[in-house]
Amino acid sequence: MENKKKNPLATIILSIISVLWMYPIILILFNSLKKESAITTSGVFSLPNKENWNGLSNFVASVTQMDFLKSFWYSLMISVMSVVLILLCCSMCAWYIVRVNGKLSKAFYYLCVFSMVVPFQMVMFTLAKTADTLKLNNPYNICIIYLGFGAGLAVFMFTGFVKGIPLEIEEAALIDGCSPLQVYFQILIPILKPTIISTAILELMWVWNDYLLPTLVLDIKKYRTIPMAVQYFRGSFGHVQMGPMMASIMIDIIPIIIVYLVCQKHIIEGVVAGAVKG
Amino acid sequence: MVGKTIKKWWPIFVLPTLAAFIIGFLWPFIWGIYLSFCKFTTVQDVTFVGFSNYAKLMLDKSFSHSFWLTVVFAFVSSILINVLAFTIALALTKGFRGTNVFRTVFFMPNLIGGIVLGYIWQTLLNGLLSKWGQPLLALSAKNGFIGMLILLMWQQIGYMMIIYVAGLNNVSPDLIEAAQIDGATSRQILFKIKIPMIMPSVTICTFLTLTNGFKMFDQNLSLTGGAPGKQSQLLALNIYDTFYARSGPMWKGIGQAKAVVFFILVVAIALIQLKATSSKEVQQ
Repeated sequence: MENKKKNPLATIILSIISVLWMYPIILILFNSLKKESAITTSGVFSLPNKENWNGLSNFVASVTQMDFLKSFWYSLMISVMSVVLILLCCSMCAWYIVRVNGKLSKAFYYLCVFSMVVPFQMVMFTLAKTADTLKLNNPYNICIIYLGFGAGLAVFMFTGFVKGIPLEIEEAALIDGCSPLQVYFQILIPILKPTIISTAILELMWVWNDYLLPTLVLDIKKYRTIPMAVQYFRGSFGHVQMGPMMASIMIDIIPIIIVYLVCQKHIIEGVVAGAVKG
Repeated sequence: MVGKTIKKWWPIFVLPTLAAFIIGFLWPFIWGIYLSFCKFTTVQDVTFVGFSNYAKLMLDKSFSHSFWLTVVFAFVSSILINVLAFTIALALTKGFRGTNVFRTVFFMPNLIGGIVLGYIWQTLLNGLLSKWGQPLLALSAKNGFIGMLILLMWQQIGYMMIIYVAGLNNVSPDLIEAAQIDGATSRQILFKIKIPMIMPSVTICTFLTLTNGFKMFDQNLSLTGGAPGKQSQLLALNIYDTFYARSGPMWKGIGQAKAVVFFILVVAIALIQLKATSSKEVQQ
């Protein structure tokens, strides 16, 4: 076998493709630093230079006009609350489904799998109405909607993993006098940790970037998550200011890139685990 | 024994998820099916009209246009994404230098949300199109369609590549070595060993790309917004548009009926695809 080849040609080709791959983001970054007049449709390719340099003022304009900090806070709060709730409730539920394994729990499991395929447009109108009626239409309660709509994937991932855990440990703990809650928190959670991380990543990627669900459920005049703010910024200012627009794209991407570079290993493993379970 | 003990604990273990699932999915779903047979503008003035919404949606030209556009889009994007992702995965599993860096780079776009992706590519593609003297995205349905394809490829190739890399790394090197000793060419190894062995990855990747292609909404909204007219509108956007952008008492019912048709289409395609590709999986 010829392994660990040093093939300079392949490395060069892949490097060129990688740079091209990053080009769209680099292009936006350059434009976010330029003056308004230099960001015309065909002028987007000109590099930032002395004449068109605008420093960080696009970023300042975008943060103040978009009320970015508020949006960031809403996005963060909704994502964290939803994902924590999904992880806690769905892992409990998955454990119950696997161990009790009656007709009802099986039926619930198949409903969860089914819900993963259903397009959101099928329920968008009625879901928004239900959320209004139950007062779930604010950033503090919307996590319940996310738990309901995100349960499919999480229950599916967790049941796949719980099935592989031997019963003996739990039995021994119950015989020793642990309550089911103690068994769950002290035995199951530590074993489930890798799946919890994978599921957290998949759900987080979804909730953080979700646009349509919060747009329909939340009052857009009061609460805007980041994707909503970007779309609102673009859609409602009559003449779009391209400089702040580019900057708003960058401030959406920068936190994502930082998180990605820090937890890259977990994110990639999470994606693989999610796919293998399917 | 574990089952028996925890069975009566269902209010703690199952009820929260179940209640949220009913609120967030099951009830809106059933209600949605009912409303597709009704005429309504708000939920207070619902009148039952039978199948007339379904009859009306057949006459809506924008619907049949976006229906076929979506079908073509989903299949073309799925094939392109899978072929390219697999090719890159093959290159990255050969043990070249810098493989991890490339993997990091290719996966990155997947983390960016659809709305922002659309605006990134709108800037880039409109710049290129105007340089080449071509009509901009919003003025040409063809360019809009190609733009959406490029965007979705950029977003998803990395994700699928990761899954293919994991699959290829699981193919036992012994198997490949044995084939090499028997004199198999690298082409034969690819088609007779590697591809059959990673059929589970192919199944899941085709499933994901097909359903994502069918359900695509955010990217469509921000990249082209359906323009020109409604010519680059995919189904999800067409349904949204029917619900929220058209005035007139009958449109919400028709929108809901369209959503039911859309749902049946996606479920049917997903089932057919899973059956077709999983039958080709080899038992290890």
